[in-house]
Amino acid sequence: MTVIVNGEPRAVAAGTLAEALQALDYGEARVATALNGEFVPARARAATPVKEGDRIEIVAPRQGG
Amino acid sequence: MTAAVDRRKTVALTQTPDFTLYGVTLASRLLLGTSQYPSPAILAEAAHASSADVLTVSLRRESARLREGQDFWRLIRDIGARVLPNTAGCYSVKEAVTTAQMAREVFSTPWIKLEVIGEADTLQPDVFGLVEAARILASEGFEVFPYTTEDLVVAERLLDAGCKVLMPWGAPIGSGKGLNNVFGLRALRAHFPDVPLIVDAGVGLPSHAAAAMELGYDGVLLNTAVAKAGDPIAMARAFAQAIQAGRAAFLAGPTQPRDMASPSTPVVGRAVLI
Repeated sequence: MTVIVNGEPRAVAAGTLAEALQALDYGEARVATALNGEFVPARARAATPVKEGDRIEIVAPRQGG
Repeated sequence: MTAAVDRRKTVALTQTPDFTLYGVTLASRLLLGTSQYPSPAILAEAAHASSADVLTVSLRRESARLREGQDFWRLIRDIGARVLPNTAGCYSVKEAVTTAQMAREVFSTPWIKLEVIGEADTLQPDVFGLVEAARILASEGFEVFPYTTEDLVVAERLLDAGCKVLMPWGAPIGSGKGLNNVFGLRALRAHFPDVPLIVDAGVGLPSHAAAAMELGYDGVLLNTAVAKAGDPIAMARAFAQAIQAGRAAFLAGPTQPRDMASPSTPVVGRAVLI
């Protein structure tokens, strides 16, 4: 299925957000996630289903003022 | 003798670690941003030179391939300062709240520099959205550092919403103009003598930072003025010194300006030489 990852369409074979992160090769990276604009805590990723067309945001620490 | 005692007392006061934000006492009154440095190494050296105990950071999209965020996080961890994540670039309450939630998880801190931007040219806060977002975040256990204006009524609302620190702007973000509204900042200080107040944004020179401290502000948050300086490391040191000097001056009790001259040399006893 195709999901939108950080604004880009990506084909992933995943049933949950946790599986999607693995499929997208984030591994153990220190990231936070949101699904369709809602924050999904790390502990809830394995129980959060993803479906065709979902918007996934994956963010990490960055420079800031 | 009395003067000597007073001097010692003043020195003791300036060295007292009484800068406390949400129960955390900090030695340095400078909070430094981590953006726009020429290189990660210069950022690290500037951070050390500034003596800042708090560094601001943000969250941005992470690429699984580039993993820039993972490298940046290692750099920040090695510097060893406490982090204050921001919600920079958020124009709505929803975006700011969600960003804060993500930041709390990634940075393992309840601290959040809350920005809800209202206007792109000035990057001035949307104070209505700011109060709403602050209320939501405070109710979720966040310790909110709101980037606000010097408006007294907004400040009151932010405190009602649960904020225990206020961060009024000096001037628009990145403008380097210094303290645009000294009257407003002074009024805010007078109105909330017990709330930690930090001038955030618009500071361009060490003299601006010193001026904020001389007004009795508790700290200064800046980024561009150091990061974009010709020598960011030297400028970081200059800001640290200015902030210490400004604080010491405030504690020493500055004299007030007056309209007319007042002779500093005694008038009595002047020889008559006509």
